Amino acid sequence: MKMKVALIIPCFNEQDNIIGVIDDVFSHLPPDEDWRVIAVNDCSADATLAKLDEDGRAVILDLPCNSGVGAAVQTGFKYARANGFDFALKFDGDGQHRADYIPALLEVLKNDQADFAVGSRFIRPEGQGFQSTSLRRVGIRFFRFLIRLLSGYTPSDPTSGFRAYNRRALEFATRYYPSFDYPEPEELVLMKKNHFRIKDVFTEMRERRGGVSSISWYRGIYYMFKVGFAIFMVALRPKEEDFN
Amino acid sequence: MRIQIISIVGSLLFIFLILELIRRKKLKEAYALIWGVMSICFLILACWVDALGFVSKLIGIEYAPATLFLVLLVTVVLILIQFSVIISSQTDKIRSLSQETALLKQRLAELEKGSAKNKNK
Repeated sequence: MKMKVALIIPCFNEQDNIIGVIDDVFSHLPPDEDWRVIAVNDCSADATLAKLDEDGRAVILDLPCNSGVGAAVQTGFKYARANGFDFALKFDGDGQHRADYIPALLEVLKNDQADFAVGSRFIRPEGQGFQSTSLRRVGIRFFRFLIRLLSGYTPSDPTSGFRAYNRRALEFATRYYPSFDYPEPEELVLMKKNHFRIKDVFTEMRERRGGVSSISWYRGIYYMFKVGFAIFMVALRPKEEDFN
Repeated sequence: MRIQIISIVGSLLFIFLILELIRRKKLKEAYALIWGVMSICFLILACWVDALGFVSKLIGIEYAPATLFLVLLVTVVLILIQFSVIISSQTDKIRSLSQETALLKQRLAELEKGSAKNKNK
């Protein structure tokens, strides 16, 4: 029997990227699974929704008010949960992630090597693939250190949003996904704390094709404080007892 | 003496304002609790003139009116914290409602598409 896999793409003001992303995704979906591509429009001010409607290939979840990427992703999880999906993947709407790595991420879950897979730019030696800007690298080092300190797990690429969930991880994320603006580093501590098996998988990433990154340098500083603080608080909370 | 009358009248007006807001359903009882406590404190201080001096001596404040400011400030800070808590919980609720709306919109669109197809057959 084919496994049902949901590919969730949160999008906010991605009119220039979104169709390219969906094209990329549809040309790389492995045919041996039952795929559904779910685009979550976080109340974009541009023509993102119109483009999605016109394209018609993706299931469209349209949030009535801007709620942040965390909430957008969680909406996709809720859809996947309610419709009995076996796996879920999270894929950025800005063209940063490469769809040809989707099978690699899913493979780890299908082989039951992990519950939760994280696409990482940093597993292969320096110089191969897109390595990110210097400020972002400082942030990545900072989070890597902080997350190791608080959870014992050393993430390879803590800010990567390219992630895959098996059924149990999906169920957990549906309920407890951080509703924060930048949920990625926080989620790692949360998943580790609740004893999910995490595996880093090498994925190349692209530089942004268009639009503006959600993190400019001054916001980067704010981002590190805010997310760093959130990570601390997650580490201080007990594990979710009502989730078996 | 004059100040005592003014403060008693002021406190009573304050209590009346809070009660009236609750009666007109402009203020939820649950959120009015802290305002109610505050207004009763005012009334006690207004009626019992020496109370302020007594409390000041008790906690070691030389200048009695400073105690009044302290109490006022602490109360206002507590109320503001309560507001932050309420705002946070409402943010969560708004998020859930938005998500639910998005899911229902999708479901509706799907059903409409399905029924349009059936009609065409």
